[in-house]
Amino acid sequence: MLYPAVALVRASLSHYSVTGLYRGSVGASNYARLLEQEALPAVVANTVVWVVVVVLVTVVVSLGLAQLLNEAFPGRRLVRWALIVPWAASVIMTAKLFAWIYDYYFGILNHVLVSLRMVPAPVDWLGNDATVMGAMIAVGVFVSLPFTTYVVLAGLSAIPGEVYEAAWVDGASAWRTYWSVTVPLLRPALLVAVVLNVIYVFNSFPIVWTLNDRNPGFSHDTMITYMYKIAFRSSLRDVGLAAALGVVNVLVILMAVLLYLRTVSWREAEA
Amino acid sequence: MSVARGSSIRRTALSGVGLAVALVVLAPYIVMICTALKPERELRITPPRLTPIEWRPANVLDVLGDPSFQGWLYASLIVALTSTAIVVLAATPAAYYTARHRFPGRSAFLLLVLVTQMFSPTALVVGLYREFFELGLVDTYAALILTNAAFNLAFAIWILRAFFTAIPREIEEAAAVDGCGRLRTLVQVVLPLSLPAIVTAVIFAFIAAWNEYIVALTLMADPARKPLTVGITSYVTAYVQHWSHLFAASVIAIVPVVVLFALIERHLVGGLTAGSVK
Repeated sequence: MLYPAVALVRASLSHYSVTGLYRGSVGASNYARLLEQEALPAVVANTVVWVVVVVLVTVVVSLGLAQLLNEAFPGRRLVRWALIVPWAASVIMTAKLFAWIYDYYFGILNHVLVSLRMVPAPVDWLGNDATVMGAMIAVGVFVSLPFTTYVVLAGLSAIPGEVYEAAWVDGASAWRTYWSVTVPLLRPALLVAVVLNVIYVFNSFPIVWTLNDRNPGFSHDTMITYMYKIAFRSSLRDVGLAAALGVVNVLVILMAVLLYLRTVSWREAEA
Repeated sequence: MSVARGSSIRRTALSGVGLAVALVVLAPYIVMICTALKPERELRITPPRLTPIEWRPANVLDVLGDPSFQGWLYASLIVALTSTAIVVLAATPAAYYTARHRFPGRSAFLLLVLVTQMFSPTALVVGLYREFFELGLVDTYAALILTNAAFNLAFAIWILRAFFTAIPREIEEAAAVDGCGRLRTLVQVVLPLSLPAIVTAVIFAFIAAWNEYIVALTLMADPARKPLTVGITSYVTAYVQHWSHLFAASVIAIVPVVVLFALIERHLVGGLTAGSVK
């Protein structure tokens, strides 16, 4: 576990030939060059949009789904099983599947939307600069939902029934009960769900990698796929530069982890 | 009476909403299955159809008989099974020890385990590549096995530890009174009791390794040694587009893990959030 981290830091301070041979230490110049990369501002902006929107939408939808699954009704097991599928399935396979569904000519999505007259003409979801990010975000939400819903569900089931009875006795409406009783009590579960999702979504690779693979350049990449392309795919093939970005990525995650740990200990202090 | 009727209407409505949710979630996978069963010529028709005109289950047999697919399946099985075995063999004693003994650095150790759980190999992939490049292990199963084992260890330790902690000490003391040694107590008393947790750890580690993509994509250049996640993408490239084979292979890869996953679903959230939710 520690070795790759050490190797990463060392690589970030070194220069390598395109075939991967070590060409000596260059100090911090990889970091300086990283800041000079033209694509960097767009990549950082993409990353922020990707993480914030995916996590936000995922949490909001999960709140609803968890509320539904917390009720007893015939067929609840079926819904729970359905929800497992995107979680268990390999994300790369799901991403390929969506690449097919989004296909301009033969994808089922355009056919359905045009038939329902929701769009006037087929949309090139993955080839159009205006839609590709949205298309990727939709898939990101889709694969993040199951885990988040289950975390919220665990939080819901930990709320004792008495508090609802008390709210009912006090004459609170269902809506009022939800906002004044359920949501505050769900706070710990929500914090955990948000921080873990930020980490997972930031680290997510296959979705952006697959759905964006036809587009040249880096205009729709996140920091993770950008790093990967610098190291292994683009004409740059620059391991040192990619490693410098890798170190930055690790620091970003580390900050999220620290936030998570503070959240957890905040919980323990309160309990 | 009116209460009962109200609640039955409510339950029917909830069932309706639940069914709609299940359909939305499963819809993409229904597309996957239907596409997997289409003959090649039906992939390029407009307007596209969801269901095949002619059902062609032989696609699945084509894929199973494809030597490349067999190679990928073999690689996936080797990597997932071996790394899972390493995880369980290493995590069980580690979890037991930290659950039963206080030692200097114990909380630091547990914290480290928790932090490593947050890191996916993705963030470290460039470092991993350098590591295995220097060790001369690029393009070997060993590199994938080691990586998967290392990154899944943390979760396994956490979930097993939580379980061991919950087993009352008295049971072990009783075993000691009956003349059981330390090792025998662990093997004959503690392990059978913690079987559900071990099963959960096993399945989780297996699925995580089975679905791993980025490290395999980076480290495995030899087409014959790629695992399924990377291998099947070669069914659809800029030059060949065998979507039905891609999805037939995906279905074969996904069905077993969904079944396994359904078995451990209840234990999983607790493990992934390391006890911080309840």
